[in-house]
Amino acid sequence: MTDPTTTAPAPGDQLSGAPLLAVHDLAITRWPGGPPLVTGLDLELRRGETIALVGESGAGKSLSARAAIKLVPAGLHVTGEVRFQGEDLNRMDEEAVRAVRGGGVAMLLQDPFTILNPLIRTRTHLIETLRSSGRRLSGAEAADEVTRRLAEVGITDASVGDRYPFELSGGMRQRVALACALAKDPALLIADEPTTALDATTQRDVLRLLRSVQQARGMGVLMITHDLRVAFSISDRVYVMYAGGVVERARPEDFLAAPAHPYTVGLIRAEPPTGYRREQLDGIPGQVPAPETVSHQCAFADRCSWATPECTTARPPLLAVTDVHASACRRREEIAGELLADLHAAWEPATVPDPPAGETVLRVAGLRKSYQRDRSTWAVDGIDFTLGSGRNLGIVGESGSGKTTLARCLLGLEEPTEGSIELLGTDVSRYRSLDREQLRRVRGQLQCVFQDPYSSLNRSHSVGFILREALSRRSPEAGPAPSVEELLDRVGLAARYAGRKPVALSGGQRQRVAIARALAIAPKVLLCDEPVAALDVSVQGQVLQVLREVSESGTQLLFITHDLAVVRQMTDDLVVLERGKIVESGRTEAVLDQPSHPYTARLVGAVPTGDAEWLS
Amino acid sequence: MSIAWYILRRLGVGLLLLVIASFFVFCLLYISPGSPEQVLLGGRPSTPEIIGTIRAKYNLDDPFLVQYGQWLLDAFRLDFGESIVTDQPVTTVLTDRAGPTLALALAGLVLTIVIAVPAGMYAAAKRNTSGDRMVSMLTLLGSSAPTFAVGVLLLYVFGVSLEWFPVFGNGTGFTGQLHHLVLPAIALAVTQIAYVTRQTRAAALRVYEQDYVTFARSRGLGRSLIWRRYALLNSSLPIVTATGLLLAYTLGGAVLVEVTFSREGVGSLMLQAVQSKDIPVVQGLVAFAAITVTLVNLGVDLVNLAIDPRLRKEVTG
Repeated sequence: MTDPTTTAPAPGDQLSGAPLLAVHDLAITRWPGGPPLVTGLDLELRRGETIALVGESGAGKSLSARAAIKLVPAGLHVTGEVRFQGEDLNRMDEEAVRAVRGGGVAMLLQDPFTILNPLIRTRTHLIETLRSSGRRLSGAEAADEVTRRLAEVGITDASVGDRYPFELSGGMRQRVALACALAKDPALLIADEPTTALDATTQRDVLRLLRSVQQARGMGVLMITHDLRVAFSISDRVYVMYAGGVVERARPEDFLAAPAHPYTVGLIRAEPPTGYRREQLDGIPGQVPAPETVSHQCAFADRCSWATPECTTARPPLLAVTDVHASACRRREEIAGELLADLHAAWEPATVPDPPAGETVLRVAGLRKSYQRDRSTWAVDGIDFTLGSGRNLGIVGESGSGKTTLARCLLGLEEPTEGSIELLGTDVSRYRSLDREQLRRVRGQLQCVFQDPYSSLNRSHSVGFILREALSRRSPEAGPAPSVEELLDRVGLAARYAGRKPVALSGGQRQRVAIARALAIAPKVLLCDEPVAALDVSVQGQVLQVLREVSESGTQLLFITHDLAVVRQMTDDLVVLERGKIVESGRTEAVLDQPSHPYTARLVGAVPTGDAEWLS
Repeated sequence: MSIAWYILRRLGVGLLLLVIASFFVFCLLYISPGSPEQVLLGGRPSTPEIIGTIRAKYNLDDPFLVQYGQWLLDAFRLDFGESIVTDQPVTTVLTDRAGPTLALALAGLVLTIVIAVPAGMYAAAKRNTSGDRMVSMLTLLGSSAPTFAVGVLLLYVFGVSLEWFPVFGNGTGFTGQLHHLVLPAIALAVTQIAYVTRQTRAAALRVYEQDYVTFARSRGLGRSLIWRRYALLNSSLPIVTATGLLLAYTLGGAVLVEVTFSREGVGSLMLQAVQSKDIPVVQGLVAFAAITVTLVNLGVDLVNLAIDPRLRKEVTG
């Protein structure tokens, strides 16, 4: 598959000549001739250019990037060309590639908590990398280099060199990892979701750092991310991948000005907006297919509302729209106007409802929790709020803010050190002191949806069994019990899912089953602990919409999250937590639009906006 | 809290456990068939005078707990009384026999580490290749072969048929002893090697999937550095724990090996003492085993502390 547009120089390219990285017809299969994971990928990256590979899980973006440093997991089969500075890595032996790694191409990984060797110090990481290119370093030189390299990534605290990874915060570890990746002065840095595991404020800092280093060194960056806004902020060009192939490639501004692929439009629409509330949260219907099932048709055709029968007859090639914009949609020209209209329709803010608060359902007063015997630190340090019927409450905070401890106290998984939790008139701050009857009633009034849908369902039972078991615990006061089919229908799943086991479901479907299980008991309060954080963007919307409908039928949401865009869509009132304390509370719109506390302002400012200004 | 304080505290706990164990050791005298004086009489003629002497010497007329207290005090001074067979002090018998068994245990340990750790790392590196399968098959064979059977086989092949190694005894002089140690050490080590190889392979496989190994490779670090500082170092906690466990329970293997190879050691002493109902010696041996287990566990924990800074942090607070 040739690509007529790749000959045009990309904007932002200061240096002409051969590209730094040229990938041609890259294909990755499970074994030679086996099911494909990535098919026919072409990509060019010039010196000093930042390219983002965007897509949902299973799109093949991470695998493609790893092929550029020849670190595709063992067993997978790679064909095609991966030329770095003209040399095809795919034909090099392991020793030759080792010489390229670190100094030519370096890589930064997603999880700062697993990227560093837990048993060696920061300085050892840096020095072993510096020395691995055969460079001789005396002790004193090494110490100077460590200081200089750490300073480049914004670490001026000299003691960090002597620390072990477990003694550093996530953001700090990612900086140390970046210093290691940069230690051999690579010409190309592959950054695989480098900030996904970090808090929003830390994410912005690390991305800013990455960009300033990239500009100072004139380094090429291949950024892998699932977050379109991050991609738009940091990169010169974006490749959107879907089910193993690139479906659209353009500069960030082109995607919004002249969208040319239905999937990209769907992806942009699916991202909950930060600045306003949207009427309908729909995402993209269906789910990402396995690449091998769509290798001879448009991969997106089954979920596309513009698809025609021709779309499923052959794989559409990536063709030019303008000299810097290419799309793999057959109908890109006929539907351009409709795509643009569709995109703009998503930008219509809905009127924000302000329902009256009814009776108090949940009252938390003076709640404190410390895990230390000497009470030296407080995970939750004096929290008061009430949840009234008719109004959903959001609780936002970053890691370490105490939101998880709060959730565990509410559910009786932890016992508060001080304070009270009152659920519909029953004090539930000490679950152990409740008798059997009270406990049964409390469980019927408060249910929970957890973050990880992969571990919250018993894998050995069918969906029907799980829901029937939950229904059997429903109390008679909750009214006539719905059937399993009705429950599945409420969360948008067909009745046939009752016979399936969780393993046969996608993440979004599992989360909907988890919601259905909670609804079986008809709780007054549904505690949602980051319910969409583990889901792909295109299915997040579906799950959020289900939860919105739940909250309109007598179940109040207590929505715990780090995601301000999500909380804007889902809640009427908001509480902002910082280090166990409430720093701000009020109506969600008011708090997010005019934050009065500097911490809230910082949180709001750290949400990716999708333009380059955000990182300057 | 400092490391020294941690060691002191661990030693204290170990001592407490030893005291509890000592109670059961002391009870051996009463659990054994026959009355205590009959047990302690052994093969000597049963005259009223001798029985009277024994009753006086072992305080058999005192209440049970007083007897135990007296015995414990003596035990603290490493005095477990005399063997009823040879009349030698138990401590002397033990120290005479401990040397060869210690040598056997150490030789077995060295063989285990030198063979099992590289073999396990190799199998992990060559996962699912013929080399890996070969190692897995050998470990299966090794772990299912009983120690005494391996011993007899070694004796027959290398002792009787080939006459490369002596077939019994401890030997004299350094080289003589070493020569006599080869076959017994191999017999002892076979099952240990199989066990540690499996542990090493599993640990290394887990480590090799970690992001930090991928990240190390992405920085172009040398293969041997990655194997040593990443794979081996991070696998070493389970390996050390598994090896320590084996060392602590060497005594069980030593019984079989020493009997098979007619070696004079703690293991063969154990068999002799049990057969001749030499209860003071058995008591001394059980106390010896308890002390060994306690010390080896402490040693394992200290080695793990040296390896893992997170554990050190936990200990020092």
